[in-house]
Amino acid sequence: MNAYWYCLQGIVQREWLRFVLQRSRFFSALVRPLLWLLVFAAGFRAALGIAIIAPYDTYITYETYIVPGLACMILLFNGMQGSLSMVYDREMGSMRVLLTSPLPRAFLLASKLLAIALISLLQVYAFLAIAWFYGVQPPVWGLLAALPALLLVALLLSALGLLLSNGIRQLENFAGVMNFVIFPLFFLSSALYPLWKMREASEWLYWLCALNPFTHAVELVRFALYLRFSPLALAVCLGLTLLFAALAVLTFNPQHAALRKGS
Amino acid sequence: MRLTHLACAIALGLTSHTALAATAYVSNEKDDSISVIDLDSLEVTATLEVGMRPRGLLLSSDNKLLYICASDSDRVQVMDLATRTIIKELPSGADPEQFALHPNDRWLYISNEDDALVTVVDTQSDEVLAQIDVGVEPEGMAVSPDGKWAVNTSETTNMLHWIDTSTQQLVDNTLVDQRPRHVEFDKTGKRLWASAEIGGTVSVIDVASRQIEKVLNFQIKGVHPDKVQPVGVKLSDDGKYAFVALGPANHVAVVDAKTYEVLDYLLVGRRVWHMALTPDQKRLLTTNGVSGDVSVIDVDSLKVTKSIKVGRYPWGVVVTP
Repeated sequence: MNAYWYCLQGIVQREWLRFVLQRSRFFSALVRPLLWLLVFAAGFRAALGIAIIAPYDTYITYETYIVPGLACMILLFNGMQGSLSMVYDREMGSMRVLLTSPLPRAFLLASKLLAIALISLLQVYAFLAIAWFYGVQPPVWGLLAALPALLLVALLLSALGLLLSNGIRQLENFAGVMNFVIFPLFFLSSALYPLWKMREASEWLYWLCALNPFTHAVELVRFALYLRFSPLALAVCLGLTLLFAALAVLTFNPQHAALRKGS
Repeated sequence: MRLTHLACAIALGLTSHTALAATAYVSNEKDDSISVIDLDSLEVTATLEVGMRPRGLLLSSDNKLLYICASDSDRVQVMDLATRTIIKELPSGADPEQFALHPNDRWLYISNEDDALVTVVDTQSDEVLAQIDVGVEPEGMAVSPDGKWAVNTSETTNMLHWIDTSTQQLVDNTLVDQRPRHVEFDKTGKRLWASAEIGGTVSVIDVASRQIEKVLNFQIKGVHPDKVQPVGVKLSDDGKYAFVALGPANHVAVVDAKTYEVLDYLLVGRRVWHMALTPDQKRLLTTNGVSGDVSVIDVDSLKVTKSIKVGRYPWGVVVTP
């Protein structure tokens, strides 16, 4: 048992060091959602209020609406960035060092996911703090209630990232991930616009958004932040996290890159 | 012994609980109905059918009777709140919109929008005591706390008309900005607040001299100035705040009633017109006509906590303890 704890500690610490040493990464992770909040939302500003939808009890500004989506955007980028680092680790060989550990591979990968998730949460709360001072103030208890929701979403997205990283052969392919994974997940979701608005535009788009796991991730966080509970969102997030994590472990093949290099 | 203490405590707790449960009555202009909102659960508990196009509402001083301007029925209806039935109808003159009750609890001053008249009705004898010619399209109506003045606003003449209640004669006029919709005396009776819908301003008038003391302007970031159309004004009893409903700007302005500084703008439903404070002054309710709901504002934190769906085009609102 001690060995497991030691290993987990080591992996979290390594991720923490990476985070501390790459301070620019922290700021860039913050700058992205802040640009959306302070610039995009300002240009889009619905000062006359957005129609009431659950979990909100009254009319809200557009800024208030997009904060949960932007919090999840941090998790999305970090999850994907985690996958990038996985490719990097694999190519540079540090992943292989880790895999010399006698502990089960599933545990090693799960520890890695958790480490990425914990670091992401710090960034999310830094963002929520700034949003608070900007005037987006969910109930104080909501910030606490959102913690498990954010953690689950972070795990979901890093599991997805890990799964994708298994399919990426080279570092350069990350641009592809950006175009084919991050953007569609983000824009075809309820992060930036309520889905009823999408439905007004196109029934097709609405269904794509409604089926997008990221929509459920955003809604899980949004509901928790306002002290409500969405069973559907929780079921989708929980189920997909387990599925992606299992698939990621099964398809994980550290030999892949090294072998190709060798040949 | 202890048990009786406990029983007493529970009984007291229960009674104080019921005492807290204030009730709001909201007139739905397009539904010809009154929505009853329980302010504990913040839910509509009943919808009562009344006359056509109900707009202005007010309560008798003992909170037992609800007066309703049924504009298209050309009547003021009187509802007994214990039984929630209309017990009588008062001759109001044509198209009554807003009204005010004299502190003597008898004289009802009613503005007749179509006839450029203010009708004074005795609520006990049901007789019309006087009809006073005022400007075109009279709307806002208020009686000073000492009962000396009744003030009416005329939307097209842009004036406040001062009626001496001892003679029921119009004695003075004050010109304000375009389309005055509502007037409200402060608790001391020294100042009168008047909103101007098209002018986009609220004027504070010194009652003794009947001169404008201060004109307030409103600006909401991201909202076109044309949409800022002040209608309802509500003053807190402690003299701390004035709340101004800004119509299609969908915001309520919070004004420091002493310094006249606008402190904040609170986002509510669409086209907010009239407001009411709960008897404990802790909550402010707003009627949002176009979105068909009532927003609840927590006065201590100045935050909108909830919006409650009512009927179509809610107009007036009053709250009983």
